[in-house]
Amino acid sequence: MRQLIQVKKPFWINYPDADAKINDMLPISFDDLTLAASELRQEVVKMLTNAGTGHSAGPLGSADFWTLLYLGGLINYRTSEPWWEERDRVVLSAGHYCPVLYAVLAAVGFFPKTELMTLRQLGSRLQGHPIARMLPGVETTSGPLGQGISQAVGMALAAKLDNKKWRVVCFMGDGEQDEGQVWEAYLCAAKYALSNLTVVIDRNNIQIDGHTENVMPLGSIGAKLAAFNFNVVEVDGHNFSDIAEAMGRAKVTFEKPTAIILRTIPGKGVDFMENEPAWHGKAPKPGEAVMALAELKKIRTLGGRISND
Amino acid sequence: MISSEMFLIDDLNKAEKMAMRDGYGEGLAEAGKIDQNVVVLCADLTESTRTDLFKAAFPERFFEMGISEQNMMGVAAGMAATGKVPFVNSFACFSPGRNWEQLRVSVCLSHNNVKIIGGHAGVGNGTDGGNQQMYEDIALTRVLPGLMVVVPADYEQAKKMTLAIASVHGPIYMRMTKPKREVVTTKGTPLTIGKAQVLRHGKDVTVVACGAMVYEALMAAEELSGKVEVEVVNVHTIKPLDKETILASISKTGRVVAAEEHSVIGGLGGAIAELLAEELPTKMRRVGMKDRFGESGEPEELMVKFGMTRREIILAISELV
Repeated sequence: MRQLIQVKKPFWINYPDADAKINDMLPISFDDLTLAASELRQEVVKMLTNAGTGHSAGPLGSADFWTLLYLGGLINYRTSEPWWEERDRVVLSAGHYCPVLYAVLAAVGFFPKTELMTLRQLGSRLQGHPIARMLPGVETTSGPLGQGISQAVGMALAAKLDNKKWRVVCFMGDGEQDEGQVWEAYLCAAKYALSNLTVVIDRNNIQIDGHTENVMPLGSIGAKLAAFNFNVVEVDGHNFSDIAEAMGRAKVTFEKPTAIILRTIPGKGVDFMENEPAWHGKAPKPGEAVMALAELKKIRTLGGRISND
Repeated sequence: MISSEMFLIDDLNKAEKMAMRDGYGEGLAEAGKIDQNVVVLCADLTESTRTDLFKAAFPERFFEMGISEQNMMGVAAGMAATGKVPFVNSFACFSPGRNWEQLRVSVCLSHNNVKIIGGHAGVGNGTDGGNQQMYEDIALTRVLPGLMVVVPADYEQAKKMTLAIASVHGPIYMRMTKPKREVVTTKGTPLTIGKAQVLRHGKDVTVVACGAMVYEALMAAEELSGKVEVEVVNVHTIKPLDKETILASISKTGRVVAAEEHSVIGGLGGAIAELLAEELPTKMRRVGMKDRFGESGEPEELMVKFGMTRREIILAISELV
């Protein structure tokens, strides 16, 4: 990590509800977040290997974001009361990222971690693509790309209508931007000046058939969204400080919705997966998982700078 | 013999013509008054869909979504997830025609409480031509798990149905035709979602109908009266289908004709055929669009050209009795 400073309570971070006991124990140092992200990646590798199918690159690449979102105090939630009225809504529009969402939900205590290994199995609440409200913390059904952003817009509109303080965070893939519905939703979000909506786009430049710029060139997503009247922030998706600052900017932007372009390395943390489109839509085999886990475990000591029990 | 329990108008020959969409518009404004959570979304067809009444009464709860039916369905799903009761409005050819996948995943698979209103279905958009007419929407919606499908028979029933669907939790598709058509039900006519209505009792043949074809069925029955006694059942709820009422009628008459302003494939006729094939194999005829697209013409001309009038119902009956 570039910075190893203790972040206590930056003014722009809206701390989670004081009643939620879980939040008293949130790790907020960058060291802790780094370790937590590594653990999240290990869970993802185990889950995918156990399931035998699923998507590896996106969940690993965005693990830093998910860790910060749920453990870094960026959103309000109550694990003991998952459907608490005043919670912030986290909408996973790119449903194939669900292994990392499931892993972080378990990490903060929405459900037992042991359930993670049921991913994609018959009878499991951890469906191959998420189903709305089947699992605590899962707000929408997703898989067909582009559908989550419209639902996020609907939630944000409803919140504005009722003068609610809760916010909506919508997580999308960059390949997902190929879908026309996405741009319909952006027009609508801008029309209603949904300042309570933060769209996070994982700009990892890969999709199933290869690099995004070869499959269907997206060019500057940021410039396009700025033209759609969004507040656009581009960040290094592996830098907690940058992500937290961008999320903070979203909260203090009152006249328009914010889009955070999260520049990430697909497959981040596992050398042989990084930047390889082939890993977009497949799961590691057991042998590959052993190598991946060994590499991820090295991060536990932060390169030897701290001891690891 | 016309059922006395249904409180239909006294003289079918003097039926007043009114548009179902007007009944819908009035019912919607009423529903908005009853429930603060009712919100209305429209895709650039406010006047045509008669949502302007609601808009005038509750401007803050009316959302103009522009020409973007896919997004409209998703936004409605998101609003429903927060406790709103969204009504999604467009022509049936666009919604659920264009946004069926959003209806399937964002609404039905997610159990979101969204009401989808398909206007100008069937011959409704007559002169606009084949692409704007919709004869496939019942088939498209009936197949979706958890989605109720309702088809009011006239202006009065559309109004009652609107209030009924607003108060029932769960996704519901309601289709209506555009032209002013004969109003046969009255304020006193009962309406329960899922309960088919025997409008006329007869012993020789059952005609199950929905939408504007209900009036055609009643007129066909009048014409045959004395020679063939026709039982007319208004199946305003295609899903869930009222098996009990339908099977009771058909087991009595032993013959059935299904009539609808929709393709003979996958609509009311399809639903009845599926039911009878398993429960009560019966001689049957289907009146509706014969697996073809529409074309430009006045709605009345198209009903004749495509064979969706009392004439075809009488012909179908004559093939059975």
